[in-house]
Amino acid sequence: MTHFKDPFNPNIDVWNECGEASESPADPYAGLSKEDADALKLRAKQSLNAEVGMARALESSVMQGLFKTDISRRAFLRSAGVTGALAAVSTVFPLTSLQAMAEEAMKNLEKTKLTLGFVPITCATPIIGGHALGFYQRYGLDVDIVKTAGWAVSRDKCLNGEYDGSHLLFPMPMAMSLGIGSIAQPWKVVSNVNTNGQAIVLANKHRDNQDPKNWKGFKFAVPFEYSMHNLLLRNYVADAGLDPDRDIQIRVVPPPEMVANLRSENVDGYLAPDPFCQRAVYDQVGFIHKLTLDLWKQHPCCVFGLSEKFITENPNTTMALTTSILEATASAETSEGRVAFAESMAPANYLNQPVEILKQILTGVFPDGQGNIKNVPDRISFMPLPTQTMGTWVLSQLRRWNYIDADTDYATLAEELVMTTTTRERMRAMMAADPNLTFSDAEQDVYAPVDIQGREFAPAAAQQFIDSQPFSRTVG
Amino acid sequence: MVQKIDMRSTLLSLTILLVGVLIWHAATHVPDTGPTGVELSQAEMDTLLGKNMLPEDIEYYAAQGVEFAQLEQIASLNLSRSMIEAAGGIQALGISAPDENSAPAPGSLFPSPTQIGKELWATIADPFYVAGTNDMGFGIQMGYSLLRVLIGYSLSAAVAIPLGFLIGMSPMFYKALDPFIQVLKPISPLAWMPIALFTIGDSELSSIFVIFICSLWPMLTNTAFGVANVRSDWVNVARTHELSTTKTALTVILPAAAPTIITGMRISIGIAWLVIVAAEMLVGGTGIGYVVWNEWNGLRLDRMIVAILLIGVVGMLLDAAFARLQRAVAYAE
Repeated sequence: MTHFKDPFNPNIDVWNECGEASESPADPYAGLSKEDADALKLRAKQSLNAEVGMARALESSVMQGLFKTDISRRAFLRSAGVTGALAAVSTVFPLTSLQAMAEEAMKNLEKTKLTLGFVPITCATPIIGGHALGFYQRYGLDVDIVKTAGWAVSRDKCLNGEYDGSHLLFPMPMAMSLGIGSIAQPWKVVSNVNTNGQAIVLANKHRDNQDPKNWKGFKFAVPFEYSMHNLLLRNYVADAGLDPDRDIQIRVVPPPEMVANLRSENVDGYLAPDPFCQRAVYDQVGFIHKLTLDLWKQHPCCVFGLSEKFITENPNTTMALTTSILEATASAETSEGRVAFAESMAPANYLNQPVEILKQILTGVFPDGQGNIKNVPDRISFMPLPTQTMGTWVLSQLRRWNYIDADTDYATLAEELVMTTTTRERMRAMMAADPNLTFSDAEQDVYAPVDIQGREFAPAAAQQFIDSQPFSRTVG
Repeated sequence: MVQKIDMRSTLLSLTILLVGVLIWHAATHVPDTGPTGVELSQAEMDTLLGKNMLPEDIEYYAAQGVEFAQLEQIASLNLSRSMIEAAGGIQALGISAPDENSAPAPGSLFPSPTQIGKELWATIADPFYVAGTNDMGFGIQMGYSLLRVLIGYSLSAAVAIPLGFLIGMSPMFYKALDPFIQVLKPISPLAWMPIALFTIGDSELSSIFVIFICSLWPMLTNTAFGVANVRSDWVNVARTHELSTTKTALTVILPAAAPTIITGMRISIGIAWLVIVAAEMLVGGTGIGYVVWNEWNGLRLDRMIVAILLIGVVGMLLDAAFARLQRAVAYAE
């Protein structure tokens, strides 16, 4: 732990690393009144406690917001005195109540031993790397992550209560809440663990047949029915004029089996999560036809889901857990983080894949299997804020293909199922507490229309949108 | 004479093994030549230098055997050497579109006997390590599987043998229960699993239930058959001695039917061992079946085959144990 720099100490520089302000004396308490020095010493002692660290970081950013530079902060503290400044600042900004909130949450974790499920794909990077790189421990959580053999089993273990929370596909909490394909149990999308990160892979023999118009009769694999993979693939072929229910065959196949099936030519291609897209290239059995970010930039993919029951019973644990997952997500997005996460996930305990494949996926520098090297930094991206637009699109597409059998008020339903507001508040608080954390998506308009395969989708007009799409199963 | 046959058969076994391994080795052997350097012409060098690629990097990449076409791509993408390293190195990026002449990629071939041997040794040398929830030594995983089998199988025997007795001794019961047995017997463990998960709501208990339900039928039918076919003179002798039904069952019928019952138990343990692997592959978490799934998920065929070999050995040992038991209860008429 770095030595704690108290933003209320007038003798030291807190923010500038270069020491532009006047020299710091050897004794940080030199020239202060006894009362002030005691107050600062007490605060320094408290800060050794990890629980207080969060609140202290928060103070630092508040002070930075007020004074911008060390020079003006130190001048103010000298004139006002430390105890006076503490009182003054807290009138401007309810520091104590925020501190109390953070400290209370850390102090009163209802549950510290947690079991989270994950399916071994790179989408789960924040959940897996969060474990490997120790993000959960920071918040006093003893988390066990359990590798799960497939989405159906994941869902069952979530509904059984064997998992406290789980890595899920974006549409899964919705399907689980609505009780389609399972018993109904309210689950929430807490945050995206990744965006993008999927690709359409074709067998080598189709290298000269890359126009989806000519794919009639193709056999495709997707990992699960209630998945972005299935919805994106259906959307893609439907836009090319093929009926996904009649002109092609879509099978549900576990991702590792996809590579084997591609090798034996049982399937012509698949829309799958990584590492199994890059793995096909590595094993020289297929090539990457299209990254899904070229269909919809920053499309949702996998999420971290919690049950409503868990959230209401364990509000503090939820806060700590969400914070640690968000922090891991933000860290995975940075360029250093990408390499570190890739390396941490290679062992058999986690993804059990060659490390160079994982590095290619996370850094976005990769061979596409057609003789090209590509450089796509956001091939997989970690933008944690789940937007209402995403939720609405998924729900309306589930309706389009008749997985939901009645027109609904998609926007309202998406509001209920996706914890956008809560997650966004969490992200803002974390940015306030730690200037190093940047969530570029924290301030985006969550109702903004998005461009999906060249068509604009606005959440308010979801029903009209799907009614106007080809092969819609909404009528009759 | 018998000894001679034994010796010959051993010799034949070893010969078959040796020939098999040799064929396998020849089919999967890839000579490890390491990277072969690529010679670049002056014109090609100039092109790359013109795209701001550093001369020492060009030399390094060419020595690693990366073709000019790819070097050109790397240069036009403005990828620095550190970015290449971050992405897992130049060799991995050098994988081009496969054609007839390209060497097979690592891991895309069936593993050779030497690879398997190496993995097998590594596995046996360290059977009890724990490297996390999802990565433990095969000894521990085998223990999980054996424990599940033991519980499921014992419960199954506790239900099947008394029930088998009842059915065997009463033709009425036999006829009444027969349709149920006939329908339930052929159902695959993989079909039971989702139903169990859904209704029991616990993956551990579900695995045990699936073992229970699948090892039930051979024991049940064999016990019933053995009891029903005890020589009638023996039962009649018991009757003339005015033995109670319970006493008849325990002192006459049980010893007489024992070999058939043990045969049923032997078939069942084999089935239980088959089932546990399937169940664990489906549910994941722990056990030797999960190990197979985990290695397959990472497409590590060599380690998967090692796991399969070990499953075979343990299955053989279980069967051998019941074979001894069979000999113990055998009798000559």
